[in-house]
Parts: sequence; C-alpha cells; structure tokens
Amino acid sequence: MTTAAKGERRQKAFERSTAFLEGRGLFWVAQRALIYGALVFFAIVFVFPFVWLLSNSLKDPLHIFDANLIPQPIVWQNYVTIFQETETMGTPLISMIRNSVIVSVLGVTAVLISSSMIGFALAKLRFPGANVVFFLVLMTMMLPGEVTIVPVYLIWRKLADLTGGLIGTGTLFPLWLGGLFGSSFYIFMLRQFFLGIPQELIEGARVDGASYLRIYWQIMLPLVRPALLAVAVLEFQAKWNDFMGPLIYVSNKPDLWTLPIGLFQLNQHFGFGQFRYELIFAAAVLMLLPSVILFFLAQKQFIKGLSAGAVKG
Amino acid sequence: MRRRFRLKEEQVAGLLFVSPFIVGFLIFSAGPYIASLYLSLTTYDVLNPPNFVGLQNYIDLASDETFGKALYNTLYFVVFHGPTAIAMALILALLLNAKVRGVSIWRTIYYLPQVTPAVALGVLWLRILSPNNGLLNSILAGVGIQGPAWTVDADWVKPSLILIRVFVVGTWMITFLAALQDVPQELYEAASIDGANAWQRFRNVTLPMISRVIFFAVIAITIFSMNVFDIAYFMFPPQVFGGQLGPQDSALFYMVYLFQQAFSYFHMGYAAALAWILFAITLAITLIQLRLSRYFVYAETSK
Repeated sequence: MTTAAKGERRQKAFERSTAFLEGRGLFWVAQRALIYGALVFFAIVFVFPFVWLLSNSLKDPLHIFDANLIPQPIVWQNYVTIFQETETMGTPLISMIRNSVIVSVLGVTAVLISSSMIGFALAKLRFPGANVVFFLVLMTMMLPGEVTIVPVYLIWRKLADLTGGLIGTGTLFPLWLGGLFGSSFYIFMLRQFFLGIPQELIEGARVDGASYLRIYWQIMLPLVRPALLAVAVLEFQAKWNDFMGPLIYVSNKPDLWTLPIGLFQLNQHFGFGQFRYELIFAAAVLMLLPSVILFFLAQKQFIKGLSAGAVKG
Repeated sequence: MRRRFRLKEEQVAGLLFVSPFIVGFLIFSAGPYIASLYLSLTTYDVLNPPNFVGLQNYIDLASDETFGKALYNTLYFVVFHGPTAIAMALILALLLNAKVRGVSIWRTIYYLPQVTPAVALGVLWLRILSPNNGLLNSILAGVGIQGPAWTVDADWVKPSLILIRVFVVGTWMITFLAALQDVPQELYEAASIDGANAWQRFRNVTLPMISRVIFFAVIAITIFSMNVFDIAYFMFPPQVFGGQLGPQDSALFYMVYLFQQAFSYFHMGYAAALAWILFAITLAITLIQLRLSRYFVYAETSK
C-alpha cells in the first residue's frame, strides 16, 4: 500500500470517528446523554440483585446483608456446606441436581425427536388426514392447560396403581414422559422451518433409494439445527424451572425432589426457620447458573428465532 | 405402478411420523377434556368412586368466599401487571432502538431476569423485599424514605409480586424491538419534515405502527397472569403462613386455589369446575379485548 493511500485511509477514519459531532447541537448531545444514562440506570437495576445474590452467597452469617459488595471474608465454604447440611437432613442437594438433570435431559431429548418428526411430516409429506392433524396441533396450542391438570394427574395415579408404583405418581416419569408425544408449539415452530427446505431434496434422495426415516434423520435434521437449538433451550428452561409438576407428583418423595421443589423446602428450612440465608443463596446460585449459561451460549440463535417469530406476527 | 407404490410409502411414513402426536392428543388432551367436564359435575376424593352431583360444584362456587378472594387477587394482579410489564418492555425496546452502541450487551443484561428460574427469583426477592434489613428498604432509608413492609403487610404483597414481574419482560422487549425496527424510516422523515417533535413522532408514528404487536402482548400477558402460580406459591406458601397464602391470603391466586383444592384437599370435582370457570373468564376477557382492539389497533390499508 502506498503512503498516499495510507494517509487517505487515516483521514477517512478520523472523519468517521468525529462524524458524530458534526451538525449536531447541544440538544443532540443532551439527548444522547439521557439515552445512555437511562440504559445504564436500567442495567444497574436489572443486574444488581444478581450481584447482591452472588455476594451474599459468599458471606458468613455474621456479615450477611452487610453493606459490602465484596464479602470480607469470602466464604467459598458455603458452597460445600450446603451439600453437607442437606446430606445430613436426608435431602441431599446432589440428588436434587441429579433428578433435575435427568428430567431436563430426558424431557429435551424426547420433545426434540417427537416434535421434529411430527413437524417434518406435516411440512413435507402428503398423507391422509394431514390437515386434520395440523388443525389439532393448532387447537391444542390455544386450549387452556389448566383444564387438563386434574385428569392427567388421575391418569398417572392410575398408572402407578397398575404398575405397582413403577410408573406414574411418585416417580419422575410424569415430569418428562409427555414430551414423547410432541409439544404443539414446538411442532408448529419446526414445521415452519421445514417448510423453507426445498422439496427437491427429498425427491432426489428418494430417487437414490433413501427411506423417509433416513431422509428425516440424515438430511432434514441437520438443516434445521438452529431451530432445534432454540427448542432445546426453551424446553430445558421449562423442565429445569418446572415447579408445579414436582409439587404435584413427587412432593412426598424427598429422594425424587428436583431443584425447584428442593429449593422450596430448603427456603422454608434455612430461610424462615434457621436464618442461614448464605446457604439458601448458594443453592439459588447453583440453580440459576445452568439456565443463565445456556442462554449466553445460545442467545444469538435464540433471539434470532424470537425476533423472526415476532415479525411473522 | 411404481408411482402408486411410492405414494403409498409416503402416506405410511407420514402417518407413522405423526402417530406420537395422535396418541398424545387422545391421552393428554381429548380424553382429559372430556373427563374434566364430567369430573366437574361430580364430587371425587380419589379414594371413592366419583359421585354425580350435577351443577352443584358450580353453584357452590358462587357462594365460596375463598374463591371470590382468589378471583379478586388474580384480577388485581392482571390489571396492574399487564400495563407495567408492557410499559417496561416498551421503554427498554425504545432505548435499544435509539441507534445506541452495544445493543447485544444491553439486551443480554435486560434479558437476565427472564432466564432466571422463578424459584431462584423467589429466594432473591424475599430478601430484597424483607421489611427489616432488606436491600430495597435499606436503599430507600438511605434517601430518607421509610419503605413499606413489602412481604408482611397484606396490602403490599401483590404490589411486591407485580414489582418482581416487571423485570421479567425480556421476551416482550425483543418482540417490541423487532417490531420497532420494522417501522419504515420514511414515516419518521416525513413526520419530521411536517414539524413533528419527538413525542408527536412517537404518538402518531411509532405507536400506531406497533399497536398490533402491543395488542398481541396484552392478550398473551393477560392469559399468562390469569395463571400466575410459581412465584406466589414459592414466596407465600401455606406452610409458612399458618395455612394461608401470605398474610391474610393476600397471595391466594386462582391457580393456587385450584392447586390446593385438587392436591391438598383432593376435591377433584371442585377443582375441575374451578378450571372450567377460569377458562371461561379468560376467554371472556380475551373476547372483550379483541372487541376493544378495533379502537386501538391501527390497521394498515396498503399492505
């Protein structure tokens, strides 16, 4: 590059960096200051509670809720103590984490496979009754969930009776097994994504002798990976955060408690009873971390999916 | 001949692929709806067979004072939660739409409460709102304001819950931002040339152009908040308030009452009737909102 070209580039860069000052009056500067001021204000209001939560989870009982944001001393031990104390109470935190992981992983896997299969068939295959099935998908999306709570509970209760308690109430099955039958919102969402894939891909693969199962698994699924990721994140959070489900199905089985119901009990024990807030705070941090980390990792695709949905209306 | 064979295979594949949904629909939707309708006409305690009582459950509801309280609490929450949440989401979306730097960072920050489990929010806010040494009242005391007894005073329990939920608006913020970015720039330029100031541009260009999305948010948030359960039951459980849901049942919401009737008292028939009434009320509100929408939602004629 010649010196002249370099000089020109610098000049342009300088002009760009000062462009925001040109032709703008004091009013404009004040307006910008106001906007950024508001952004910072809301950022502090939104984030500070979480900083405060983290900070107090690392304090000792004497210094809890004092004015220091950086704990003195920093008690990392709280994160060990909460595991030990819950172990002695007979409701170990580690078992809550394990149950939550089981329910979330199985729930996400089940709903991903079933919803993508159903969505693929509705978007790409011609078969008798396809319109009826699609209508039922839309209908179940609109129908209220509260009406089915009682009868569905009775089904699981009956199943527990029939299987001698292997499946049904008092097991983890009711918390995730429903995912095997697909979820209408995800079916609809994935169908929209499958619609965007050219039909020729399927016809070509058919000529080459591929079965529909193979087309679905090896050709279609990789093409809708972003949508699958969005469904996985949404469903993980739904399962990880589910509170009413475990309250209904496993509340009298402490060894089957997931994190939400476990935290519910710990909060009453340490919060209202013993005033060991640093311990319950540590447990809360452990619970929200996976949700928050997953969101950070997948947020680009996640937000793209949400925004796309909004524009489509 | 070959073509017909292929078509048939496609049909079989299609039916097999959607069969999980059909099975699930029959077991977890259609069956339960019919069962729920029948159960609501019975008394059923799970142990003894259902006892048909006709419309008695619905008649009992009319004179059930606790039901009235739960309905009042729920409508209180709906009426104040909807507007505050939409206002917050709209303010954040407008700020992000003002050609600021680092949009993705700000967006992530404002989205944080949305990805936090309700239970973890409950743990956190119980201490923030604690009347004695809670974070909020300490801050208020710092500027010379005597804060209310948020979680203890029955009058402040619902405002507390509304305050907590006002930060959980990440999804609507993103939805509104997408709608704002869809507003044609020419409209603003034309308005500026006509001498419209910032407020007039917002009032006469922005609001009408995104009114459809805002209206969608109003309906969705209403339905959602009619079903409020998690945070209320976590923060104000009967185990702590002597069988009541918060001080003087101030956090007794509709779904909480339904949950208690079904799973604390095993009044399955009564709970089923409660569910249908909730559905009817929600449907009625939604229909009224749809009716009113024609006065507020701007319909584009050129599209």
